[in-house]
Amino acid sequence: MAPPSSRRSGFSKKAQYSVFTGYLFAAFGALIGLALLALSFWQPRAMAPLRGGAHDIVSPAGEATASVRAGTGNVFDTIAAYWNAGAQNAALREEVELARIRLAEAKSVEAENERLKSLLALAEGEIAPVATTRLIGSSSTSSRRFAYLGVGRVDGITIGMPVRSARGVVGRVLEVARGSSRVLLLTDSESVLPVRRAQDNTVAFAEGRGDGLLRIRLINLGLNPLKQGDVFVTSGAGGYYRPGVAVAILTEITPDGGYARLIAEPSATDFVSVEPIYEPAATAASRTPVTQRIADQVESAGN
Amino acid sequence: MERYAPGARADRYGSRINREQSPWRALSVPYITIMLASLLPFLFVADVMPALPPLGFLVFLGWRIMRPGLLPMWVGAPLGAFDDLFSGQPFGSAVLLWSITMIVIELIETRFPWRGFWQDWFTASLGACLYIIAAMVLSGGDLSLHMALATVPQMMLAVLLYPFLARLIAALDRFRLSRTRRVG
Repeated sequence: MAPPSSRRSGFSKKAQYSVFTGYLFAAFGALIGLALLALSFWQPRAMAPLRGGAHDIVSPAGEATASVRAGTGNVFDTIAAYWNAGAQNAALREEVELARIRLAEAKSVEAENERLKSLLALAEGEIAPVATTRLIGSSSTSSRRFAYLGVGRVDGITIGMPVRSARGVVGRVLEVARGSSRVLLLTDSESVLPVRRAQDNTVAFAEGRGDGLLRIRLINLGLNPLKQGDVFVTSGAGGYYRPGVAVAILTEITPDGGYARLIAEPSATDFVSVEPIYEPAATAASRTPVTQRIADQVESAGN
Repeated sequence: MERYAPGARADRYGSRINREQSPWRALSVPYITIMLASLLPFLFVADVMPALPPLGFLVFLGWRIMRPGLLPMWVGAPLGAFDDLFSGQPFGSAVLLWSITMIVIELIETRFPWRGFWQDWFTASLGACLYIIAAMVLSGGDLSLHMALATVPQMMLAVLLYPFLARLIAALDRFRLSRTRRVG
């Protein structure tokens, strides 16, 4: 449709001025946007309180949709299960037999493990999660990959805490508000995670590629020892993640490493747990400028 | 004297005279729908790639194209700021891009005052694709070919979604201007 005739300025000075003012205000808005954008790049945390407050307000809606999402997932799974029930039954029987054998083997390994541990006098405590919650949302229209949690500062969440599901690592807390927090997912292009191959100590970095795959970059360059299907777990380097949590499976090999698929896909997970930072002293040290003593930093962080 | 039938001057809302629309509804519906559309993608979990088109921007563009003169020129800044709170983009990217959109659409409109649906679809599609690319550049991540390829499904969805959004906005516009009050 044509614009209303009242907006054609014609010879009317007043109408011409109002059109000009409109352009002026819009250009002014664009300039404000440019300034805010520059501020966001210069000080990424500057706008965090504003964003966090907004997320606190909508997080109840996120909780509701998260529970609905989990429910519908189960419904679809249930329907799909009817299609191949018979074949699945036979396959499962066979699998159970095998599993029983493996279980017996595992028991013996467990016993041996226990014996060796007592020999080393190694006390291994389970890490209690700070909070267990659902992912309430994500940045599903942006090229960046963030997810949001409905727990925040009042639940004891701090910046840098690793987030994991029952299957493996999901990401790391990036911003904390009063009752919500923002998580940097592993698939984000800014995410880098130190990993190692599960069966040996081939260390590498897992970097998000921006399209859902992780890029595995070997630290020791040379002959590429990786094979398709290799499982990578966290190495514990850097101090944020505890070692030995599953991260990704290798799908494609490149000269300097390969591309890997996530093991814990956030959209498929129901509950995630936020764990304390594995070695707070190490992460504090990594943030300390070289001119400062680490002990001071740790003390001030403790206070 | 012959008289008109009682229903002759009525439409489905009732008598056609002495009726008035609600000013609150007439002015608030566009803003509320744009803000809801900005909020909606927040509630979906997309872990591997951008799964949804920028709904807030598409609805904003739809209102601007279908109802010229309804949104003031400066409205890109406040609505963009609201979108930035939930989009995951660095704060300010939508403020900038939505303000520029208002100026560009205004210029297009003075150049082509008479338009049809197909031209509107073309404008909106081009606008949405350029917006998605610009938002990717301003997202603060490392730009790579993989990241660019991941936005292609998003762009296709945005282009295909516009006709549906146009119908939705038309329906909302009817709701916005439906008559609520009998005068006198």
